[in-house]
Amino acid sequence: MTEMLQILDVDGTLVGESPVDDSVTRGLYEAMVTARIFDHKATALQRQGRLATYAPYEGQEAAQIGAVAMLEPGDWLVASYRDGAAMQSRGYPWTQLLLTRTGDERGGRPPAGVNVLPPSITVGAHMVHAVGLAWAESLKGTDAVAMTMFGDGATSEGDFHEAMNFAGVYQTPTIFVCQNNGWAISMPRARQTASETIAQKADGYGMPGELVDGNDVLAMYDAAARAVDRARRGEGPTLIEAVTHRIRGHTTADDDGRYRSPEETARWAERDPLERVRLYLDAAGVWSRKWQEEIESAATAAIEAAVEEAESLEPFTAEEIFDAMYAEVPPPLAIQRRRAAEAGLA
Amino acid sequence: MAELNYREAVAHGIAQEMRRDPLLVMLGEDIADAGGVFKTTVGLLDEFGPERVRDTPISEQAIIGAAAGAAMTGIPTIAEIMFSDFIAVCFDMIVNEVAKARYMTGGQISVPMVIRTANGGGSRFGAQHSQSVENWCMMIPGLKVVAPSTPVDVIGLLAASIRDPDPVVFFEHKSLFATKGEVPDGEIVDTLGTAAVVRQGTDCTIVALALMVPRALEAADRLAEEGISAEVIDVRTLVPLDTETLLGSVVKTGRLYTVEENPRLCGWGAEITSIVAEEVFWDLDGPIVRITTPHIPLPSAEALEDLAIPSADRVHDTVVKTMG
Repeated sequence: MTEMLQILDVDGTLVGESPVDDSVTRGLYEAMVTARIFDHKATALQRQGRLATYAPYEGQEAAQIGAVAMLEPGDWLVASYRDGAAMQSRGYPWTQLLLTRTGDERGGRPPAGVNVLPPSITVGAHMVHAVGLAWAESLKGTDAVAMTMFGDGATSEGDFHEAMNFAGVYQTPTIFVCQNNGWAISMPRARQTASETIAQKADGYGMPGELVDGNDVLAMYDAAARAVDRARRGEGPTLIEAVTHRIRGHTTADDDGRYRSPEETARWAERDPLERVRLYLDAAGVWSRKWQEEIESAATAAIEAAVEEAESLEPFTAEEIFDAMYAEVPPPLAIQRRRAAEAGLA
Repeated sequence: MAELNYREAVAHGIAQEMRRDPLLVMLGEDIADAGGVFKTTVGLLDEFGPERVRDTPISEQAIIGAAAGAAMTGIPTIAEIMFSDFIAVCFDMIVNEVAKARYMTGGQISVPMVIRTANGGGSRFGAQHSQSVENWCMMIPGLKVVAPSTPVDVIGLLAASIRDPDPVVFFEHKSLFATKGEVPDGEIVDTLGTAAVVRQGTDCTIVALALMVPRALEAADRLAEEGISAEVIDVRTLVPLDTETLLGSVVKTGRLYTVEENPRLCGWGAEITSIVAEEVFWDLDGPIVRITTPHIPLPSAEALEDLAIPSADRVHDTVVKTMG
C-alpha cells in the first residue's frame, strides 16, 4: 500500500508539519463548520419538500475545503454535485447552490468574476473541461490553474482517461482531486477498480499521484498547495486521491441501509474531519466554546438568509428559457417563445 | 477573385479568422503535421504554429470537452472531429455539455466554439464513415448547424460560425472537397440563418443541402428543358432555419420538394415539411414530396451507395412524375 499523507491524526495531534499557521487553520475549521451546517440545512429542506433531491457531502468537508483553500481568484474550480463546500468557499453563493436544487436555472449562474462552473451532474464530463480551462489559461499566458473534483466512481468513466491523458500530454495546469468516499451509490470502492489506489493511476499518464487522508484538512491543504504550485510553475498536472467517506446516502433519495452496514459509517464517523481540528485548536489554546457558538450562529444566519433569498425570487418565466439558449434568439425560436408566453406557461 | 476548391476554402476560412483573432485556436486529430486527413487544414501549422493548431490523441470526448473548456474562458476554439460519424463518440459532450452550458448557467457562460467535421457519402467508406448526420445535431436545442455547398459559402459561413458566440456544428461534405468555385478577394463573412435561392423558378421549390445542392441544380436544368421551372434553395444553415425564404418560395411556386442525404426518418426535410404544412398549407398546389436516402445504413458498394443517396436523376424523375 502506498503511504497516505497525514498531518493531523484523528486525535488532533500533529504527526507532520502543518503547512499553515493556526490562524489559517481556524479559518479552515470555520469554513468546515459552516459547510456542515449548510449540508444539514439542505437535507432538512429536502425532507420538508422545499428542495429537490440533494447529495449530502457530510464527512468530506476537509477534502473539499482543504483542497481549494489556496486557490487564487483567477483559478478555476470545476466540481460535481457533491462539492458544495468547495464551491461555496470559492465564492459560489449558498443561494445559487440552493437554486440548483429548487429547479431554478439561475442556480447555474455563477456571479461575475467567480471562476467556478456550476456543479456537474453528469459523472466525469467536467474533468475534461478543467483540462480545457487550464490549457486556455496557459495560452493566455496567465499562471492560473484549474482544479477539478470528482468521486471514485467517476474514475471508471472514459472522460477520466481522456482528461488525464490530455492533461499529461499537454502538461496543462490541472489539479485532479478525486474524493474517494468509498461508495459510488451502492458500488464499493473495492469493486470500482482493481487498482490498489486511485492515486497510482497517475503513473499511466505521466503525472504525479498522491494519496492523502481526505479527512485531514491540513494534509489536503499541503498536497493541494504543492500541486497548485507545480501547475503554476508550468510543471503540469497532478492527481490527488483524498481518502474519505460518504457519511450519508448517495442522495436524499437513496437508502444506503440496503447495501452497507451502519457499523461502517460509525467507524468513519470517529474519523470526523471537523472534530480532529477542533481538538487540535483546543490543545493549541485557540478554540473556545464561545467562539464555536459564534461561528455556528454566524453560519446559521448566513444560510437562513440564503434560503430566504432563494425562496423569495420571482419564478423563472417561460420566456427566460428561450432567452438563455442562444446569445440572440433565432427567429424560428422567437415564434415558439411567443407561443409559450401566450399559452400562459410564463 | 481566385478559384479555390472546397477543401482549400476550409483552410482559407480558418486562416482568415486566425489572422483576425490571435486568440482563435484549433485542435483535432492529424490536423497539424498531416494537414488533416482530408487535407482541409494544410498550411495552418506553418503559419500559426503548434500552439494554435494542435494535434491531439485519439480522444473525441477530450477534443470537444477541452475545446469547450477553453471556449468558456473566452478563447474561441475550432474542434475537428475527423468523420461526422464520430460525433457519436463524443455526443454526450456535445449534447449535454456544449449545447446546454449557456442555458444551464442562465446565460452567464458562452461557448464560442465550432465543431468542424467531414460529413456525407459518395466516398465508398461504408456505413460507419459515410453518414449524413446533420439531422442528429439539428434536433439538439442550443446548437447551431451549418452545411455549406460551395467554396465561397465555406469561407463565409465558417467565418460567421467562428464569430458566433454560440456553439456551431459545421458540416463539410466529403464529396464536395474537390469541387471548385470563384472566391472574391478580401475578407469574406456571411450570415448564419440565411438560405440562398440558387436558382429562380416558378413551378416548384426544391430545397437542398450540401452535396444535394449541385444535384438539385442539375435536375432543375433538365427540368427547365422540359418546361418545368424549378426554384432551388440551398438551406445552408439548418439552425437557425431561414423559414422566411423557404415559406416565401413555397407560397410563390405552390410545390415543395426536399432533397436530403440523411436517412429518411426524422431527416431535416421532415421538419421543413412540417413547417410548410403548418404555415402555408393553403398555398400548396399538391402534396409535399421528400426525396431522401432510405432509412438504411449506407452501403459501401459503389452501385448501392449511388442508388441509396438521391441523385440528379432521382430528383428529376420524382419531380416529373409528381408534377405531371
